[in-house]
Amino acid sequence: MAKQQQQQQQQQAKKPKKEVTKQYEQYVKQFTPRPKYFTNCAKAFVVGGLICMAALYIQNLLMKDGMSEKNAGAFVTVILICSAQLLTGFGVFDSIGKFAGAGIFVPITGFANSMVAPAIEYKKEGPVMGVGAKLFSLAGPVLVCGISAGTIIGVIYYLMK
Amino acid sequence: MDYLYAFLIGGGICVIGQVLMDTTKLTTPRILVIFVVAGAVLTGLGLYEPLVQLAKNGATVPLPGFGYSLAKGAMDGAKEGFLAALSGGLKNTAAGLTAAVVFGYIVSLIFSPKSKR
Repeated sequence: MAKQQQQQQQQQAKKPKKEVTKQYEQYVKQFTPRPKYFTNCAKAFVVGGLICMAALYIQNLLMKDGMSEKNAGAFVTVILICSAQLLTGFGVFDSIGKFAGAGIFVPITGFANSMVAPAIEYKKEGPVMGVGAKLFSLAGPVLVCGISAGTIIGVIYYLMK
Repeated sequence: MDYLYAFLIGGGICVIGQVLMDTTKLTTPRILVIFVVAGAVLTGLGLYEPLVQLAKNGATVPLPGFGYSLAKGAMDGAKEGFLAALSGGLKNTAAGLTAAVVFGYIVSLIFSPKSKR
């Protein structure tokens, strides 16, 4: 008898527990701030667009000096990467990132930041296994997947020819 | 006119990223991977090249542009032979990647971690 009662009690206790958690989740949902979709997108659009426009401006300046389009493009990429990494070093990049969101993480600047940010964080582990390894902790996946995808496409083109 | 297209296309790609960040639980590195791979695949299908022609840096500066130059280098190399197909992608992006690694290493060694504001 006592066992049956216990089981009944447990069953009873289980059911309301689930409901309680559900209710609690709903309750929490009311208070978690919803991302402001529109303002976030607008900020990302403007900042991302401005970065691309600045890149085009620099490229045009370089091409005026007689650089070929390909070289100028590479040079602009280098400039963007270096300035993003410098900003990360100064700790400014995070503040910009908070404001612009994807606007600064989707351009190549975000890739540059993803290399330096963890590397600085793990500096204490030494220049080889700390900085050297963590430089690729976020950029590694991007490089592995990107290079794999690009090369596979190239090989497919070679085979199709 | 070029500047307008660069602004619109570049901003548009960033908005896609922002929507992914806000509406899904994808972390930033995953979004970066998705963008690079998507850029490479679109290039392979011949869909990204027109965008680059139209918007120039607006299409090459965001991360799909990185996938674009990887895939384009490999595809251009494929015309010359198998080895060129393997080396083409990295050859095309070598300057940016080398700068990112070397300069990133130097910056990481110089600066010390700062608490987030």
